[in-house]
Amino acid sequence: MKKRLTALAALALTCATPALADLNIPNLSYRTGPFAAGGIPYADGFNDYFTLLNERDGGIGGEKVVVTECETAYNTEKGVECYEATKGNGALVYNPLSTGITYQLIPKVSVDKIPLYTPGYGRTSAANGKIFEWVFNYPANYWDGASDIVNYLLTENGGDLKGKKIALVYHNSAYGKEPIPTLTALKEKHGFELIEIPVDSPGQEQKSQWLQIRRDKPDYVLMWGWGVMNAVAIQEAANINYPMENFIGVWWSGSENDVLPAGDAANGYKSLAMHGSGSDYPVYADLQKYVVEAGKASGAGDQVGTVLYSRGMYAAMVISEAIRKTQEMTGHAAITAVELRDGFEALEITEARMAELGLPNFGQPFAASCADHGGPGQAMIQQWDAAAKKWNLITPFIAPDDEVIQPLVDADSAAFAAENNIAERCN
Amino acid sequence: MFYREAGDFKTRYVDDSQTFPIRFDRWRYYAVLAVAFGVVPFLINDYWANAVFVPFLIYAIAAIGLNILTGYCGQVSLGTGGFMAVGAYACYKLMTAFPEVSILIHVLLAGGITALVGVLFGLPSLRIKGFYLAVATLAAQFFLVWLFNKVPWFYNYSASGQINAPERTIFGQAVTGAATTPAAKYLFCLVILFSLAWLARNLTRGTIGRKWMAIRDMDIAAEIIGVNPLTTKLSAFAVSSFYIGVAGALFFAVYLGAAEVGEAFGIQKSFLVLFMVIIGGLGSIFGSFAGAAFLVLMPVLLKNLLVGTLGWPTDLAAHIELMIVGGLIVLFLIVEPHGLAQLWRVAKEKLRLWPFPH
Repeated sequence: MKKRLTALAALALTCATPALADLNIPNLSYRTGPFAAGGIPYADGFNDYFTLLNERDGGIGGEKVVVTECETAYNTEKGVECYEATKGNGALVYNPLSTGITYQLIPKVSVDKIPLYTPGYGRTSAANGKIFEWVFNYPANYWDGASDIVNYLLTENGGDLKGKKIALVYHNSAYGKEPIPTLTALKEKHGFELIEIPVDSPGQEQKSQWLQIRRDKPDYVLMWGWGVMNAVAIQEAANINYPMENFIGVWWSGSENDVLPAGDAANGYKSLAMHGSGSDYPVYADLQKYVVEAGKASGAGDQVGTVLYSRGMYAAMVISEAIRKTQEMTGHAAITAVELRDGFEALEITEARMAELGLPNFGQPFAASCADHGGPGQAMIQQWDAAAKKWNLITPFIAPDDEVIQPLVDADSAAFAAENNIAERCN
Repeated sequence: MFYREAGDFKTRYVDDSQTFPIRFDRWRYYAVLAVAFGVVPFLINDYWANAVFVPFLIYAIAAIGLNILTGYCGQVSLGTGGFMAVGAYACYKLMTAFPEVSILIHVLLAGGITALVGVLFGLPSLRIKGFYLAVATLAAQFFLVWLFNKVPWFYNYSASGQINAPERTIFGQAVTGAATTPAAKYLFCLVILFSLAWLARNLTRGTIGRKWMAIRDMDIAAEIIGVNPLTTKLSAFAVSSFYIGVAGALFFAVYLGAAEVGEAFGIQKSFLVLFMVIIGGLGSIFGSFAGAAFLVLMPVLLKNLLVGTLGWPTDLAAHIELMIVGGLIVLFLIVEPHGLAQLWRVAKEKLRLWPFPH
């Protein structure tokens, strides 16, 4: 007991509170553990974009942005600790880059009244703003992604997938299980066969799964993987000589870190892309000038322009635009989290605005509304060129099948509303 | 000077056999209780509750549970994570199936269900010992996690396989769900921990605890003097699993609020609780508290020190933190293989003589 009390006293001394910032944005990142390969570039992109705004424009609307980083190691317990540790400093929005942590935070942010922005991950049915007041997941979510891939396969096969075998290799967690309801519904609609192949976290061991794929010979393999699991899966696919062009990952399974370890064998691997990548966009000139060359880059500074770096930057860009929108709406620069929620809901990103920000033809334009927190959900397909070490976009934006997804979103969010006694908004 | 027995007269047998026979010890115990029940709830905020106190209280329950089995009865178990998952899923199923019943009853029932499962997996202990039993319980760990992942009935067919704790109240105060106040969370866990620790302390001092220890020290000799290994080992498994089940239920319902079996109750949880028991001290209730405090507080403390105070990059701090905690564990085990509880015992002996050691 005595030991415990001494420890507590010491803890109290070390709980130094950071200075209250004008615009405080916590970054629940992970730079350690089996998912660090994905966490590091994303966190770097996220931090660097805000550093750019601070250095080039003096913040947003004259207010500096302070990004407080907190290491979660993709672990939900640490994620909760980080959330509690950072929310007291006037945190404006959370972006934990983990579906597991998102599930933890959804009830908490609704009580604490802080927006939660989960682009391309998290709880899919949060797209229904009528139920999920504080959560935003535009421009696309997992169910959109699953439908985008199936629509792509439909065009590849002349509109008919009857009798085709499609395997889903997924991370056996909330994240990996997300697309299953959509794929099951699409299976009914298009008459293909779905084989579900779970891979236990973290996914370094996948021999038996790929043995099953070799035996079943599916026409296509879809993958919902993350971290070390992606690289292992692509290597295993190469080992059994699975045709790479029939192997398609979600946007979280399509970064350089996933394909580089397999070398030339990864050539032709495809994945979804919800935005462009590479450093050909004008914004990178500014990033280079104000952030990298000034020695202010986050982390090791070696991730600039990679797929996940671009995604972190994209998330930061959307958040900064929401802040700008809120500042316009309220007329003052030092906004609160509650005001920011209204900004997120009124946010509209147009192609013209993206070009103005130095990201022409980078992402899809979208407009949120009270009911729609999910965006259009389109994605492109990118393919890996192992010789050039480059992702090439091979399709334009593909639209998801809303006819199938909307009823699923409505049903899942209605179940959540019933469990938690939430009344529908926006009526 | 402290812990003196001089002048501490005992006139009844009851005085002699009480838990804390030394007066100073007793007052210290009352003082800790008074602070825990009377002061902390008024000062606690979200951060302290969710990052420090609630995980500490819950892990302490789990550590006491494992200590009963491993420390007192000598049966090594690596299935703690799996048994916590049984508690969590039992609690979830009960909470959603019978929303009108009090959450306290659900938590205790979840413990009861875990006890049954624990007895089932404890059956092999009658035939196998030591490392072989550890492997058998390891199988329980993997089987249970697989089961809760595989069978959608356990997670009410939710799309993601996650379980979410709906709001439940006691005396009109929410104790689960997002609207729970930190004090309510803390007090709910504290009351359960206090009752269970009190029960464990008294169980281990009585006949049943002596039987467990007899089996631990030498099972053949114990059998010869009339200790029935069947009932003794299985009762240890049942009581231990009950505690672990309650800890699992609280871990899910009160602490996390949403859980996913592979991540929240994986093999690393089994090892974490086992480390708590080993570092705290095998066969000691105080040791369970000390071990839980060490492994819950140390990482939080280091993180705050390295990132909050010294301003290190988060990745460097996270790596250094692992190294420091690992190093401290090794150091503690070299300096005192019997754990923090033994350090405490030695300190008490020294304090009894202090300042005149000779």
